[in-house]
Amino acid sequence: MLKAYMDHAAATPVRKPVIEAMLPYFEEYFGNPSAVYDMGSKIKHVMDEQREKVAGLIGANPEQIVFTSSGAESNNLAVKGAVLSKKKKGNHVIVSAIEHHSVLNSARFLERLDYEATFLPVDQYGMVDPQRLLDSIYPETVLVSIMHANNEIGTIEPIAELASICRERGIIFHTDAVASAGNISVDVNELDVDLLSLSAASFGGPKGVGALYFRKGTRLMPLIHGGIQEHGRRGGTENVPGIVGLGKAAELAARELPQKMGYVRELRDRLVKGIHEKMEGFVYTGHPENRLPGHASFCFEAIEGESLIFMLSQVGVYSNTGSACASKALKTSPVLVAIGVPADTAQGSVVFTLDQSNTKEEIDYVLEKLPPIVDRLRMMSPVWRRKTPVQTEATCVSHA
Amino acid sequence: MKFVKDLKADERLDLVCRMCPMHLLEPGDRLKCMKKGQVLEVLTDYDGALSDIPEWCKKCGQEFIGMDEDEDCYRLYIRKAK
Repeated sequence: MLKAYMDHAAATPVRKPVIEAMLPYFEEYFGNPSAVYDMGSKIKHVMDEQREKVAGLIGANPEQIVFTSSGAESNNLAVKGAVLSKKKKGNHVIVSAIEHHSVLNSARFLERLDYEATFLPVDQYGMVDPQRLLDSIYPETVLVSIMHANNEIGTIEPIAELASICRERGIIFHTDAVASAGNISVDVNELDVDLLSLSAASFGGPKGVGALYFRKGTRLMPLIHGGIQEHGRRGGTENVPGIVGLGKAAELAARELPQKMGYVRELRDRLVKGIHEKMEGFVYTGHPENRLPGHASFCFEAIEGESLIFMLSQVGVYSNTGSACASKALKTSPVLVAIGVPADTAQGSVVFTLDQSNTKEEIDYVLEKLPPIVDRLRMMSPVWRRKTPVQTEATCVSHA
Repeated sequence: MKFVKDLKADERLDLVCRMCPMHLLEPGDRLKCMKKGQVLEVLTDYDGALSDIPEWCKKCGQEFIGMDEDEDCYRLYIRKAK
């Protein structure tokens, strides 16, 4: 049986050169980077090299990078850390309604501390309207957080335009680039952002390590108070092997990005075209053009996404429903609700996220296996039976 | 504590939100890159810095000029003496 892993937004396999780069830092070079003797100072130097590699991936300077434990921690540090450092300036934050839970829940946490939060609506493609952002800004607004690309629907936001609105008004702008960094070109100067989060697990690095870029002059209240690590911005002995893995993965991603983007786009287009040709009764979610090149997301009417994912995995196809947190809580994805997908259709969400390890054969295998599985699930679905035969002839509702 | 007003510094080091011992490590690093006689302004919201920095200056042979305060933070001024 062919095995087709297409859930790279959830986790990417750690690449061999990354593992090889990490291994010596478990045993041979295990010292604490804060130690004053050579076993420590050498490792501190290695960490500085990784900072350069991560900075290189996003057009930043090495001293503007803080290593963290994950994209989620980077998002928490950006939103809570920046807002809490500006306590005297204002008490209002704006985040989009389709942010990752680590941003949404950071904003909700700030609400508990008597801050005000605005959850900015998006259009049917998941795009944030710059005018709407402008209308939501008050004199008390201290931070805006809009993700670069959405992990569930793939839509890429007009970050440079949104950030310039904030720059003109002295408001801190953060973008969550966990889904985009290493998958499309990300340049902090072109995007004009103050803060940017990324995660190693998104581009062939290990889990448990991420980074936050901060523009010079952006203050951050640490979430983890401790010693001198990360120049006092994040306490705790550094995850040196993880950081070395992040650095190596960033170096490879920067080198291979143009080729990767072209390759996965071709595969993604083949998958989307095939599904449109072979299937009916679905919504192609997210923006039809402004989306991550390896990202294809659908909502199939009258079925449960969880069942579909499970049955696909039985034939070796690994995909996702989009939001693991929401689906595990048997809750409709807030992202799909925000873009206006009807609640019953949103239940049938499936997301394919590709990388350079996928092949055309795998795409064709998915196109062979997916339609009969969807048909089988619909045969069991009372919702679908109520719909047929009247609507099956014209229910291919695609946003594209 | 000596208070100063409107002192013009040659360089500024923003340590707001960063706690002990960053207020003692980063000024030392920055002063290394400055010329003798130049003034470093250290911004901090850490109360401990008010006693630590003058004491640190004495130990390291640097001149502590004084401090200023606004609603955001303390501003401590160090002249590079050596």
